[in-house]
Amino acid sequence: MTIADPATNVPPIRDEEELARARTAHIHRVAKWTLPSLVMVLTILAWHLYVTIAEVPHYILPGPVLVAQKMVEDWALLWPAMIVTSRLTLLALAMAVVGGVALAVAFTQSKWAEMSFFPYAVILQVTPVIAVAPLLQVYVESAFVAALLCAWIVAFFPILSNTTIGLKSADHNLSDLFTIYGATRWQRLRYLAAPSALPFFLGGLKIAGGLALIGAVVAEFVIGRAGTGLGLASTLLEASYRFNFGRLYAALILISLMGVLIFAVMSLISHLSLRKWHESAIKRE
Amino acid sequence: MAPTPPPVGSRPRLLDMTHVEKVFGGDVVALRDMNLAVNEGDFISLLGPSGCGKSTALRLISDLIHPTSGSIRWVGGQHGSDDLGVVFQEPTLMPWATVAQNVWLPFRLKGKTYASVKDEILEALKLVGLEKFQNAYPRELSGGMKMRVSIARAMVTKPRLILMDEPFAALDEITRFKLNNDLLELKAKIGCTVIFVTHSVFESVFLSDRIVVMAARPGRVIRELTVDAPYPRHEDFRTSAEYAAFCRETSDALHIAIGEAA
Ligand SMILES: Nc1ncnc2c1ncn2[C@@H]1O[C@H](COP(=O)(O)OP(=O)(O)O)[C@@H](O)[C@H]1O
Ligand SMILES: [Mg+2]
Repeated sequence: MTIADPATNVPPIRDEEELARARTAHIHRVAKWTLPSLVMVLTILAWHLYVTIAEVPHYILPGPVLVAQKMVEDWALLWPAMIVTSRLTLLALAMAVVGGVALAVAFTQSKWAEMSFFPYAVILQVTPVIAVAPLLQVYVESAFVAALLCAWIVAFFPILSNTTIGLKSADHNLSDLFTIYGATRWQRLRYLAAPSALPFFLGGLKIAGGLALIGAVVAEFVIGRAGTGLGLASTLLEASYRFNFGRLYAALILISLMGVLIFAVMSLISHLSLRKWHESAIKRE
Repeated sequence: MAPTPPPVGSRPRLLDMTHVEKVFGGDVVALRDMNLAVNEGDFISLLGPSGCGKSTALRLISDLIHPTSGSIRWVGGQHGSDDLGVVFQEPTLMPWATVAQNVWLPFRLKGKTYASVKDEILEALKLVGLEKFQNAYPRELSGGMKMRVSIARAMVTKPRLILMDEPFAALDEITRFKLNNDLLELKAKIGCTVIFVTHSVFESVFLSDRIVVMAARPGRVIRELTVDAPYPRHEDFRTSAEYAAFCRETSDALHIAIGEAA
């Protein structure tokens, strides 16, 4: 069994390499969470030290302790505000998905529709929403609808443009195959264009999630509590008028958390829908 | 195994291309005056340098494009889309669908549920040796396996004619030889007609009983050769003196084709 001999000699070396690689991988996994956490702890500590040592007045920069205190004290006010802002954001995002996908399908089914309406979709996108919001308030009777439109305008374009590209990105040979087998328009859309568009749509959704939140915040700033009730952004604005900087920071942190949460959820949806087949979602050894 | 097909001359006619010409954009003559009589059971190779109109000929036959002049006629009237299977140079599988779902496609587009054609799908996968991989996704398969799925999809409807456009050109030689052998076996089993595009002399001689040698600029047929070595052909045919002689003859014809074009 001379052939087997080298094989029994080699493994220890390979094992060592393997172990080293496993160790590095483990360190990476741990560092992925510990390093950012450490940075956050250090930042908060530095913030606290700066505020205490330099004796910064709380109406200029509240310390982390005060902000945490406010978060707990004002929770009864902040939590409902967060619900209001979430509702506005998610509703706008849902409308952006429905509108963006429907329009993208219309664009790919009819060249005339695309030629006629695409420029207006672009105009809607490039005009800063903060400039449009006051107008919306004037012309749209319900302030809630105005706020919703405001957030929708910002969120819908990435969905529209990504989905449109995605629907057109189907493999040409596959498309020929569908022709040869006499596929109907609907079959082509359902079995070829839609699955080809899915990764593009999900990319758009990730961007749109963040933009919907930005749109909601802008809407709350401009249109105010009249339409939406007291959301996080209006709370933040009011707190700034009253120099209640502890509450302002608490609201700001909650808005950031919402953004992070939306991004995480969109990433998860994307991963779950693509993990079986799309290169972007596949872990490589 | 199906009985050996009758000799080339006495097979019933399947399809006629007469004086077919295809001009792209007013001045690119992709194909000039192509005449081809396809008989049931033929294994025809279109052999020629790139740009000689081989793919154009297949696209014309599959009705994806229409001739500028001339006609392509299926004997016995209009053919249904069940009569045609196509394999491209790339496997052209849907990455989001499993192997079995990919093979289901021709039936699915006819409105047939998976359950109603499950047996046919599994049979096709068994024929290409992939029944164990029915639930795998294309990305999990090797290049050769993907091509097998593509072939299973093309033959699952038991079409009368299968068109193959350089299906094995991107594969390594070992895999290509294996697939060549398997393709002949498959063809004998389902008894269909094949038009096979290649630029390999060796591949065309091994596979076909008729070789159509083509030249480029403008794309046209230069010569037609008959390879009257009997099927089934196995690995030993590849090393026979007969095979070598056919290859030499075909190669000479191809050189003339290239020489004329240059
Ligand atoms: N859709 C097209 N538009 C314009 N020219 C084309 C088109 N398809 C093929 N051609 C031209 O026709 C000729 C034959 O092409 P093709 O049939 O693809 O050759 P082959 O498959 O033998 O390599 C080439 O010169 C090619 O550039
Ligand atoms: Mg070609």
